[in-house]
Formats: sequence, structure tokens, C-alpha cells
Amino acid sequence: MALSRLSSSASGSNLLKPLTSALSLRRSFSAAADDSTPITIETSLPFTSHVCDVPSRTVETSPKELMKFFRDMALMRRMEIAADSLYKSKLIRGFCHLYDGQEAVAIGMEAAITKKDCIITAYRDHCTFLGRGGTLLQVFSELMGRQGGCSKGKGGSMHFYKKDSGFYGGHGIVGAQVPLGCGLAFAQKYSKDETVTFALYGDGAANQGQLFEALNISALWDLPAILVCENNHYGMGTAEWRAAKSPAYYKRGDYVPGLKVDGMDVFAVKQACKFAKEHALKNGPIILEMDTYRYHGHSMSDPGSTYRTRDEISGVRQERDPIERIRKLIFAHDIATEKELKDIEKEMRKEVDEAIAQAKESPMPDPSELFTNVYVKGYGVESYGPDRKEVRAVLP
Amino acid sequence: MLGIIRQKLGAGTSSATMLGQLQRIRPAASALRSFSSSAKEMTVRDALNSALDEEMSADPKVFLMGEEVGEYQGAYKITKGLLDKYGPERVLDTPITEAGFTGIGVGAAYYGLKPVVEFMTFNFSMQAIDHIINSAAKSNYMSAGQINVPIVFRGPNGAAAGVGAQHSQCYAAWYAAVPGLKVLAPYSSEDARGLLKAAIRDPDPVVFLENELLYGESFPVSAEVFDSSFCLPIGKAKIEREGKDITITAFSKMVGYALQAAEILAKEGINAEVINLRSIRPLDRATINASVRKTNRLITVEEGFPQHGVGAEICASVVEESFGYLDAPVERVAGADVPMPYAANLERLAVPQIEDIVRAAKRACYRSVPLAANA
Repeated sequence: MALSRLSSSASGSNLLKPLTSALSLRRSFSAAADDSTPITIETSLPFTSHVCDVPSRTVETSPKELMKFFRDMALMRRMEIAADSLYKSKLIRGFCHLYDGQEAVAIGMEAAITKKDCIITAYRDHCTFLGRGGTLLQVFSELMGRQGGCSKGKGGSMHFYKKDSGFYGGHGIVGAQVPLGCGLAFAQKYSKDETVTFALYGDGAANQGQLFEALNISALWDLPAILVCENNHYGMGTAEWRAAKSPAYYKRGDYVPGLKVDGMDVFAVKQACKFAKEHALKNGPIILEMDTYRYHGHSMSDPGSTYRTRDEISGVRQERDPIERIRKLIFAHDIATEKELKDIEKEMRKEVDEAIAQAKESPMPDPSELFTNVYVKGYGVESYGPDRKEVRAVLP
Repeated sequence: MLGIIRQKLGAGTSSATMLGQLQRIRPAASALRSFSSSAKEMTVRDALNSALDEEMSADPKVFLMGEEVGEYQGAYKITKGLLDKYGPERVLDTPITEAGFTGIGVGAAYYGLKPVVEFMTFNFSMQAIDHIINSAAKSNYMSAGQINVPIVFRGPNGAAAGVGAQHSQCYAAWYAAVPGLKVLAPYSSEDARGLLKAAIRDPDPVVFLENELLYGESFPVSAEVFDSSFCLPIGKAKIEREGKDITITAFSKMVGYALQAAEILAKEGINAEVINLRSIRPLDRATINASVRKTNRLITVEEGFPQHGVGAEICASVVEESFGYLDAPVERVAGADVPMPYAANLERLAVPQIEDIVRAAKRACYRSVPLAANA
């Protein structure tokens, strides 16, 4: 898609002019959720590109899609906030990296691709997992280390996987997921699957050497790899300008094309991912830089306010929140009322609370699970616990 | 049992005839195509090459990746001819970027392909060790079985000749410490062929430690080794030479040294049992302990650094399982506790020699014998 013209129907405030004003009867929420009437809107900002054409700012959507985006992002937001509480009440242990604020990236990406395309990310993976089809129950069970977790309680927050819908984790080592993602893309090309891989990383990981090694090989071998920098502007406590000589991450690919995207606008994300998929299948790797923001600190042990001001955080929440943007669009197009949207949010809250209650019922793994899955084929070899005369197991 | 054949050489006898042929590196007598009735021979290089060839032919998911594996025909010619036969989509020359291409290999394995990643030497694997351990070894466990990693990391390991400190390290002990990895170390051509085939077929990540100085060595192989379904079991050591006075464990090149040491010891009335470990992880504790229970004395031999080495683990295992059977302390023969020097005399002092094994064995044998009985 090499269109670079601005939409001809744009008149600056297209965002607020419903095309269906002629029949602006307010429809009920349930009708809206099934309504596929096309609505044309513009992304908040034009795309900026490096060594490639820009996709169009004009995006087609529908009431159905708008309601789905609202619902899904509200669910993700609620899930992360609930995880915060669970962590503080010590039901979640270790590391917990929350994604609230960045929901538009996960949702927009899913809207542009299929479950045969692959996604791989780092440790801020709860919402990405949900977007790939994971359930709330699997998320909360895994966070609390229970059998019902997506990794049966053996992975934890940073190690969610859902291979059957193309989600390859969940990785704790900063930057490692990028070569792995390029490897997935290699395998897709090798298998002639006509699918692509999105390898997500943060602005902190963007300076990793292995990223450039993998990018070099991907460009040499024309792999369908899309490197997505979720630039939330802070690598743990280090602001991007203190870590990167060039924080224009979409340009860092040099000979590899790049696109800068407003990561808080789900339609911009969707458009960019669609563009990137088409590009990658034909021309090899491309970088997408999603300009996004996390409301929480790096992890639950980081208040997130020592290296950035509270004004900055609340400013983003007021001006750029992805859910608020969709809410305004829904109102502008008379798709649902404020009460209906609040009801959806209440419903999401209820879903989350129920999932947590159910997850709490899930038992902890059986002690024998200590020794399972070390290998696929263990050849009957013995494995040992801390006191090897006391605890031994045979690996199947 | 299709594909899995337990190689059992006859006790002592065929090992002794093999010994005479192992004294020096033979000119390449590659896999014989004519069927003469005498023992057929194969170099380790041909064993590895034919194993790769056959596994690539049998399974289209198997592909090779590494520096110079394609057009250069392999830095040590192990992958010779494979680019011509299978094409550039399955034999991939990589840039000199171990972290990047190892990660790509592991990612391809996540998706279900079967990569064989070559490190030009295992010293360079340290550039990629995070992917070997954190991305490959641990994934099946962390994902509770969702993501298995059927990858092989292979290449020469340990000391070569005169290549200095940065090119001579043995990585057996490091990799064998990691749950989730399998670590194999072939000695003979039969080992090389059977273990590499097993490694490629295995659904878990395997570190396959070859030895540069063994590539050109020729070993007699039985007819079944030539079969394309020939495979050796992972986790099983081989008793290369049966004995009753002392057990000597070794792997890779040191097996040859141990066998030669056994010949010397035999002349002095010490009948040594030589165990070729073949598999460092899983370690065949059962075979080692059974042997020590028979002989009551143990020497471990390895090329790598002594502290926290393979011998340390074997010693601990025997002390735990067979303490009552030991008549002498366990002896470890290992590389010197120094970075590998370049000068030829110093290099010789830094790596175990046959006389070191002989001396240690004698010590182990005389310990419990009162000195008066020596006369």
C-alpha cells in the first residue's frame, strides 16, 4: 500500500463528523455491536516514514469494530489494574510488568493480522497474550502460580505462551525476543506459509546488538519480520534521550524501512500493521515505532514517578488515552451512550473479578510438576531435588 | 527396534585391534562403497557429513546454519557437498553474528523446524550462550510443554593444536550443568554418526561437542553403522574396554588416550576398564557406578578446566552412590588450571597426556596396598 495522499473527504475535523448524520437515530448498544456499516475516520497524526512510502491516514471502521475495540481495551485496562491489586496483596510474586496505557498497540495489531501470523514480545506480555486469544482465567492463574495458568504456573508473569494462536512468549531477557522473532519469520518463509512475525521490543531493548544482528540477517534473507518498537520513552528508569544517541527508533534500521506511528491511536496501529504485513511479505523486514506510554512504572517495584513527573503521566492520560479516544469516537458517531459504555466497563470489571475468584480456586501445581517438562524426551533419566537422597524423579 | 541399535563391541578383543589403528591419524579412508569382507573404516568427518546428509534427506524440516557451512564447504569440511545437494534455502551461510543467528535458529525451532546450528568452535558459542540457555534450554519447562526446541548446536570443542587461550576451552561442564539441555560428546566415527543422528531427531536442544583433532581420524565401523536408520541412544555410555582393576572415564579425544593408557597399564598387570561417556548430560551414572562397584577404583579424564568439571560430577556421583565400594580416593585428570598457553611445551603441559592417566591410575591402585607389598 503506497498511498500517500490525504483522504479527499478530510476536512480537518473528520473525526467528529459522523457520515451517518442523516440517520442519526441512536441505536441500541447491542445493535451497534453487530453493525458493520462502514465509517471513515482519520488517524490522529500522519505517519512518518523512513525509506518507504507512508500508508494513508484514512481508515475504514464500523460501529461493530469501534465497540469491540472499546470493550477489548477496557478489559485489558481492568485486567492490569486488578493485577496491580493482586500484587500488592502478595498473591502475585516476583516480577509484574503492567501494560496499561499501551492497549492500543495490542488491539490494533490483532485487528490487522490473523492467528497464523506470529507475535513475540518481552515481559510486558499480559495484554498481548489476551489479544492472542488467551483467557482472563489463564492470565490470573498463571500470575498467581496455579495449575490453571497458561504455563501451568511454572512460567509466571514473564512467560505466557499460546503457540496454537501464534503467541511465542513472554521473554525475560531484554532484546532476546528479537532474533527469536526473526527466527519465527525465517521458519514461516521456509514453510511457505505466507504469514509474518511481529517481534515487539521496547525503547530500552532498541539498543541491543543482537537486534541489529538479527535485522541484518533478516534483510539479507528477506524474512517477513516486522520489528515493533513499543516506545514508551523509558527503559525502566532511563529516559530514551539518556539511552539512545538516536531515539528515532524507526530510522535505526538504516537500510531497513521504518514507520513512526501514534501508538495511542488504535486505528493508526491497525493501519500501520496492515501496511507492514503487506510490505514484509513482499520486501522483507520493516520497523514500526509505536509512540506509546505506560501509566505504571517499569514493574510493580517501580513507582514510576522518580524519573518522570506526575504531570506528564496525567497529561498523557488526559490527552492521549487510547480508550478515551475510542469513547469520543463512539459518542461522535452516536454509536452508544455514556451509560452504555459505563455499563460495558462495569461488565468488564465483573468479568475480571469473576476470573480472579475462579483463579484463586485453582490449585497450586502438584509437587511432581517440579520435574515435568524439563525435556520432551527424558529417556528415563534421574533428576534430583535439593536433597538428592530424599527427592528423586525419573524424567519420562 | 527401528532406528535404535545398541552397538555392542565384543569384550576387549575388538577394542584391542582398534587400538593399533588409533595410534596416529590415518589418511582419509572415507566411507567405503565397495563391500570388502575386512573391517570397513570411516573418518569422523565422513561420519558427521553422512549423518547430516541422511537426516536432511529424511526430514525436510532439518536445515543447517553457520559461518562458512555452505560455499566454503565448512570451515572443517564437515558440511562439504551439502549446499550443492540441498540448496541455499537449507544450507545457510551466516554473517559472523553468533548472538543473532543463534537466536534466529532457536526461533525457527520454536516454530517447528529442526535447525542444526554450527559454531565454528564452541568458544564462539559464548557470544550466543543466552540463547542456548535462556531461549532454548528453559523454554519447554517455562511453557509447561507448549514450546519445545528441537535444535542441535554443534561444532569443535576443546583444545586443538597451538590455537591459544581463546580458542581452546572445553564447554562440556558448563553446558552439562543446565537442565533442559542434552550434551553429547562423540569419540569414534560410530559415535559421531549415531549420536548426531540421535541429536537431530531429538525434540530437545542438544549441544553436540566434536573435536577438531578427531575429524581426520579413521575408525573401523560395522556394517550396521552405514545404515541410514542407525542411531545411538542418548544418555548411555559405552564400555570401550572391559577391565576389573580400575575404571577410567573419558569423553571425546581423551577416550583414545585412556585406551592407550590402558594398554600400558595392562603390561604392568593393571587391567583397566575404559568408559566412553558419549553423553555428558544425561550422564550415564548407572554404567559408571556399576563399573566402579566392579573395579573399586576410579579415574576421570577430561581436557577441560578441573574446577567444577565433568570429573567432579562423576566423582560426586560415585561417592554418593557407591562409597562403600571405593578402595581408593577418586582421581581426576583434567586440563591444567590455566588459560591455554601457545608455546608447544607449555601447551603439552596444559593438556592431559597418556602418562598422566597412567600415573594417576597407578596411584589409585597402590593406595590401599601396603608399601611392603610393592617389592
